Amino acid sequence: MKVCMFHLMPYRDLPSDFVTRYDSAFIDPLWFDVADSDKVGEYYNATLDELLYAAKAGFHGVCTNQHHQNVYGFMANPSLMGAVLAKATNGQNIAIVQLGSTLPSTTPPTRIAEEYAMLDCISGGRLVAGFPTGLPSDAVISNGIVPIEQRERFREALALVLKAWSAREIFAWNGKHYQLGMVNLWPRPIQQPHPPVWIPGSGFSSTAKYVVEHDHCFCHLSYFGAKNAKAVTDRYWDHAVRMGRDDNPYRLSFLQLIGVAETDAEAEDLYAEHAEYFFHKLLYSPQHYLAIPGCLEYDGLVQSLQSNPRAGVNPLELKAKDFYQRGYVVVGSPKTVREQLLDGIKELRMGHLLALLHFGSMPTALCKRNIDLFAREVLPYLADQWDDKYEDHWWPERLKKKRAAAPAMAAAS
Amino acid sequence: MASAETRRLKLWQGRIETEVEIAGNGPPLIYLHGPWGLAPDRAFVARLAAQNTVYAPKFPGTSRGDTEAAHALDSWLDLVVYYAELFDALKLAAPAVVGHSFGGLLAAEIAAASPKSVGRLALIDPVGLWLEDHPVQNWMILPSKTRRSFLFADFDSEMAKRFFDAPADAAERVETQAQFIWSQACTGKFVWPIADRGFAQRSHRIAAPTLIIWGDADRIIAPVYAREFAKKISGARVEMIAGAGHLPQLEQPDAVLKVLSGFLGK
Repeated sequence: MKVCMFHLMPYRDLPSDFVTRYDSAFIDPLWFDVADSDKVGEYYNATLDELLYAAKAGFHGVCTNQHHQNVYGFMANPSLMGAVLAKATNGQNIAIVQLGSTLPSTTPPTRIAEEYAMLDCISGGRLVAGFPTGLPSDAVISNGIVPIEQRERFREALALVLKAWSAREIFAWNGKHYQLGMVNLWPRPIQQPHPPVWIPGSGFSSTAKYVVEHDHCFCHLSYFGAKNAKAVTDRYWDHAVRMGRDDNPYRLSFLQLIGVAETDAEAEDLYAEHAEYFFHKLLYSPQHYLAIPGCLEYDGLVQSLQSNPRAGVNPLELKAKDFYQRGYVVVGSPKTVREQLLDGIKELRMGHLLALLHFGSMPTALCKRNIDLFAREVLPYLADQWDDKYEDHWWPERLKKKRAAAPAMAAAS
Repeated sequence: MASAETRRLKLWQGRIETEVEIAGNGPPLIYLHGPWGLAPDRAFVARLAAQNTVYAPKFPGTSRGDTEAAHALDSWLDLVVYYAELFDALKLAAPAVVGHSFGGLLAAEIAAASPKSVGRLALIDPVGLWLEDHPVQNWMILPSKTRRSFLFADFDSEMAKRFFDAPADAAERVETQAQFIWSQACTGKFVWPIADRGFAQRSHRIAAPTLIIWGDADRIIAPVYAREFAKKISGARVEMIAGAGHLPQLEQPDAVLKVLSGFLGK
């Protein structure tokens, strides 16, 4: 089992009337009405501090991601963050998980191939290369991509990137979306033919099928918890079996919001305002920015119209205790968190847990406390899961040596 | 009106199948629907068929069982050449072409690319131009709370409510909604994110007599664009429709039919 610290880099101090002032956390909030550049500078630094803190505390990897024009998370270029993390963690047994740069919205996508190759070189071969298709609002509004072309652009771009990383000769790429006469990438990644490829998805779409077909790792980035993800992951595993893939749990990564404290009661109290901030303010996104015509392929569209598992659920009407009860957020004492996470890990067959230990308005001190407790009291109980039976083929080769049983807490404290 | 017929044409090296709904008697008229598919316009098309033989092709990707057809066309050049092939297959010589919204731009591009292929051109609230002071509202991301008011002058009318209504029957509901959304996806391929792909550079080629019809309360593309289109198309005449938003053919069909039949009958 691998456990990585995930971070969204949200705006942590939104005005209290944010939800009544705006209809969306995405696209609509006006920078000069809501935000402050000095504060945001602090957030970027705090985000890096928190991720580096997790790296020292014994996590297996640290994750960045790309989003645009919103309050929910705005690492507009995750490679910038990844570069800091790669340099600062040299010598540590930790993966730089870029989850990552959105291929369809970068032209030419060889730019991302170059940035990732740089990160792999800087980190000494510790890169996990994540390739999200991008949220609809990111790709088609912020970056102007034609909705119906988002997925085909993604597939063409990824094929180009993979070829550019390992081609021995200069080649020409005559694609539908990209034409490059002479591709001869400098630098190339240390990991050949390519670093492990992880592909995020928020549901079981054609992207998940693509992941199985190409033998990559599928990252189900849901904010609704392992408890509510089985329908998606069952379909993923069914499809994997049908396509002749094995049941290696490392084919699946899963994101979970987690808050640990000494006792259940303390945790429920400590994380309540941040859980509510996350679901009420940051995830506040209307259908017209989520379901833009064309972003779902026709079959996926029909499927989404037939059954939307969260239809009728309005997070604004739920309180922290509801988020806990429903399993959107796993909170509690180390024992409670361990048990709930292990249930989810086994139930979904996840090999990589992406722990969102910073969410909402959480200040750095609380985030670090969460990281400490998790690393000391939870992570060691999860780490051995699966390893007796399965090898992680979606992990940097140089990081596969057996880690010390106890996380390096001394370094963190 | 003669009984309606649906002809299915397989064109474009076999990669696109297009259903063409044909009805009526009289001089041929091609009706090109807007971003929401042919379905909302059927009642209007049926009335057009009183004086014309109306051919209403569904946009590539929106015919039953051929949802992927939009992927066979990658540019405005592809699209206009495809429609030339479709006109040829229908064996129509210089028909009248009426287009609404996206379909209006499509009609205008066809008329500019191949001036002799269009006998008369009528554009109902077409997209395709851009004025800095009057940005066109992106109709594919309308908030559900306010979308009726963007499309209709009288947004509380039965017509406005029906436009976004889905049938009660579950299977019918999915089919109707999927068509409604997918039609926007397929047409949107050619105008996202801004419906200005250089028509102004080609507009001078239009030779057909042209009528521009505009809802005077259009909140997608402001009525000021009617004059702008008239400036770009030599000899074009403008008719404003009172009490209509972006879909005057639904909201004020009588008024639209009146100006259209006057124009087409000449």
